[in-house]
Amino acid sequence: MKIKGSVVRKASILVLGLVLAFFAGTSFYQSRRLKEPVVMGPGVSRVLSLSRYFPKIKGSINDVHVYFLEGKEPGGTVCVLGGTHPEEPSARLAAWLLVENAVVEKGRLIVILSANRSATTVTRLGGAYPPDYTIETPWGNQTFRMGDRWSNPLDQWPDPEVYMHYPTRQELAYVDIRNLNRTWPGRPNGTLTEKTCYAMTRLFIQEKVDIVIDLHEAELQYPVISTIVAHPKGEELAAMAAMVISGTEGFNIGMEYSPEALRGLSHREIGDNTPAISLLFESPEPFLDATRGRTDRALLLEGKDDFIVKAGKHGLLFEKIDETGWPIDKRVGRHCSTLAVVLELWSELYPERAVIVEKIPRYAELLEKGTGWFFTDPSHASSDKIRYE
Amino acid sequence: MQLVVTIIYYLFTAYIAGLMIWNLLKSKKWQEEVLYIIVLIPFLLRLLRLK
Repeated sequence: MKIKGSVVRKASILVLGLVLAFFAGTSFYQSRRLKEPVVMGPGVSRVLSLSRYFPKIKGSINDVHVYFLEGKEPGGTVCVLGGTHPEEPSARLAAWLLVENAVVEKGRLIVILSANRSATTVTRLGGAYPPDYTIETPWGNQTFRMGDRWSNPLDQWPDPEVYMHYPTRQELAYVDIRNLNRTWPGRPNGTLTEKTCYAMTRLFIQEKVDIVIDLHEAELQYPVISTIVAHPKGEELAAMAAMVISGTEGFNIGMEYSPEALRGLSHREIGDNTPAISLLFESPEPFLDATRGRTDRALLLEGKDDFIVKAGKHGLLFEKIDETGWPIDKRVGRHCSTLAVVLELWSELYPERAVIVEKIPRYAELLEKGTGWFFTDPSHASSDKIRYE
Repeated sequence: MQLVVTIIYYLFTAYIAGLMIWNLLKSKKWQEEVLYIIVLIPFLLRLLRLK
């Protein structure tokens, strides 16, 4: 009788565990496969797969779409990367707005929305992050995967005890072997993340890219924030852009030099290993701050947090914050305006390599209308105009 | 090489999941049984390639 009772108890506990695993697993499965529609705007002339530049990633999760927006007149080429760190949503959203809205008059704009698509399919392990977030639009809601800073362990696992950056052999944090912004310029026979960087490096060289712009967000307790980080080749351009933006666009932005001693980052390695100028833009994202309160969708999109405001009152932050927070429209607007000004200055400085782009939503417009206003309803678009990230 | 290491880690995971179930069957305390099940879940989710 005692043995029978023990079996029933064990079976009950096992079933309870399996039920928990089922609900958790279903949530993770759905999150990893959430479809994100992109309605290609009038400026998109073609879409390629990244594996075209490096066939070894063909069929992998990081064989991502590469959107080409080409002008009638020849000129230069600028590449914009969104989704290097998908948990920094304004980067992906700003790139999204380019694909859905921008029109190129001269030169070419190449846009990647999910530079590390694998990292869009997972959230921080143990971090209790929301799996997704929703942007309100005039026609309904559009939902995006929240993502993480690192590639999904389902796509690249295990991590090594020590990560040695290729080719410099600098020792970096072990987990950063899955960080797309620590694996530049990539390695052809490396991990998925390294191969992804390698494919993009080949893209920049083959397509004769003049400037690569990598979009990011940073916590307010991190000193590299609200800034353009520039490779030495792009210091003049970035400094001019920072001055113009601070005078004309309605917000301030700084400029930082890319440190030579810290390897694997886009602003350093792309500039060193390709003919392109590499720039990295940082917007503020309170969601990433260690002293944040509740980690939910509202914090992600509104950027309001009493604890971070308090940290600011104690002088612990490198960017201002008040009760109005850092809403997503403000953060996306910063990226869009900074990009627009960089393109304008570049085109003035190098007319033969000009990249003239119209209809990039600017900071003031985004504050007025909201990010969602610039998205197109996929249910009213023809199927050949839709891609899924 | 990366693939070989990954396969070995999945085998480790399966082995540890098996140990958890074995311990569950052998345990005489319900508190331990609950603990084994809680520990087992992430191993199962990794084996099923869900997380």
